[in-house]
Amino acid sequence: MALLTLCGVVIVVFIITRILPGNPAAVRVGPYAKPELLAQIEKEMGLDKPLPVQFVNYVAKLARGDMGKSWRTGQPVQQDLWQRLPATLELALAATLIAIVVGLILGILAALFHNSWFDQVVRIFTIFGASTALFWLALVFIFVFYYRLGWAASPLGRLTVGIEPPARITGMFVVDSLLTGNTVAFKDALHHLALPAFTLAFVVSAPITKIVRAGMLDQLNADYIRTAKTIGVPMREILWRDALRNAMIPILTTIGIVFGYLMAGNVLVEMIFAWPGIGSYAWMALLNKDFEAIQGFVLLIAAMYVLLNLAIDLLYSVVDPRIRLG
Amino acid sequence: MVSETIAKPKGAQPSVRDSRAWRTWYILRSHPSMIVGILVLAVILFVTVAGPSLVPYKPLKPDPEARLLPPSAAHPMGTDAFGRDILSRVVNGARLDLFIAFSVVAIALGIGVAVGMFSGYYGGKVDDVVMRITDVILAFPSFILALAITAILGNSIPNVIIAIAIAYIPYFVRLTRGEVLSAKERDYTEAARCVGNPNWRIIYLHLLPNCLTPALVQATLCLGWAILDASGLAFLGLGIRPPTPEWGVLVSEGSRDIIGGQWWTSFFPGAVIVLTAFAFNLIGDSLRDVTSPTEAVQ
Repeated sequence: MALLTLCGVVIVVFIITRILPGNPAAVRVGPYAKPELLAQIEKEMGLDKPLPVQFVNYVAKLARGDMGKSWRTGQPVQQDLWQRLPATLELALAATLIAIVVGLILGILAALFHNSWFDQVVRIFTIFGASTALFWLALVFIFVFYYRLGWAASPLGRLTVGIEPPARITGMFVVDSLLTGNTVAFKDALHHLALPAFTLAFVVSAPITKIVRAGMLDQLNADYIRTAKTIGVPMREILWRDALRNAMIPILTTIGIVFGYLMAGNVLVEMIFAWPGIGSYAWMALLNKDFEAIQGFVLLIAAMYVLLNLAIDLLYSVVDPRIRLG
Repeated sequence: MVSETIAKPKGAQPSVRDSRAWRTWYILRSHPSMIVGILVLAVILFVTVAGPSLVPYKPLKPDPEARLLPPSAAHPMGTDAFGRDILSRVVNGARLDLFIAFSVVAIALGIGVAVGMFSGYYGGKVDDVVMRITDVILAFPSFILALAITAILGNSIPNVIIAIAIAYIPYFVRLTRGEVLSAKERDYTEAARCVGNPNWRIIYLHLLPNCLTPALVQATLCLGWAILDASGLAFLGLGIRPPTPEWGVLVSEGSRDIIGGQWWTSFFPGAVIVLTAFAFNLIGDSLRDVTSPTEAVQ
């Protein structure tokens, strides 16, 4: 199933870049180029061959792990993406972690105090989160927390200039500096990570909060919880062990959906914070009409999204034995 | 909760309280957030239509004497680096942003509902293929898909509309198909078929009105998303380019002033984007509560 979707993803990326009525070569050379130059670029990009041949070539290259060459950096696209992926993953993971913590706390409290003023505030927060323009929120955060209050590090990349990045193990600076015991780099990396991560987390915690609240409400009204309460099981145990675990499936699904959103939001946030991940790479590629790079980026995002959802499907049976046995 | 409010009193004769207007009012009263959303939206729509003739400045007219002025009585949202009045620019941008949002949703709703109806009604191979295609499109985050399509099609307003609409179509296909699947098994569809109605008549007259509600709720939410996505693309420099007064372009232009402490050039246009999306989401969220009480979060 996931494999079928992946094949579909490759086809769609191909359709977007080759069959839609736009000509990547023409966009690249600009409107005033001579026809000879256009023909030459088209030949270079392999656009002069018939579509089926182009498609076979494209798939064959992909199968070898070749995403083509970035016109801007002069490097193979897969190499560029591989170098920059850890920065994006670091940011996305940090944002997801914050969002899960916030979402669990707000969602559970809102369900416990159902229909109270707190519940209403949480509801407004979830709708507001869904309506927030990330790029605007990022600018507001930079102004307030960096410019005015001076709490956050400058919105320019992952480390202060002059601080050596830690040796690459995972490529995530916070993790690597911790593993190598580099406290200077660790503090600085964490400081730089905080603001972009909170920006993304603010928006992403909204759907998680919503689903946690809904799931917990469902569970808390269930008969087995009432029974647990009457026989005197402490509320904390009921919440964390029973109700949350049973509400976990939709929560996991939402975390999967949210990840896709994070990857998309990353383009905006990485651009604003000069974060050297795949999002800002895609933005630079867009500005320079670097099609192979854009194509590689879109393909990578979709593939990660599909694989993540597959992983979540597998997680279901770990969380809920009924799925495994049923 | 909602079903209680709609249920008629036992054995009562038709009265004022059964009228449509009364029921609408009753639903609205129990969903104050919907009233807030509608009011905010009404103000935004009014400003969109009447605003450009009310604001005192031209959106594109620079004024070297009035560069980067903070918000004041003369310039409620301040001025930008060229001395252009931000309020006038925001008001003039409203038309474009709302036009894009409504066009996107009209296209996605039209195509999505049509495809979903046929796919669900006829089933079989066609349905399988349609579902696989929606699976694949949904594997792309909608913003990324819109971004890639705009990048290829080139920067223009129709291209932005097409790109975002393509990304939204699968949502409508899925919702409508799900509704049709259950509706076509109902007795009224069976009855319509028994008396000899052709397929198109059953789809158009019997199924469509009964299957449209979730798609319409989704459409309200999508209006908000479309504004966010279109302005996000414009912020990245895709689709709509400066000096067109579009909200995302305005935030992008203003973002350079942040480091100098001039927050107003980007804050106000962005706040208007968020406010508009917020209004659509408030309405959409409440509508979902009203129309599908089982799904609603109690």
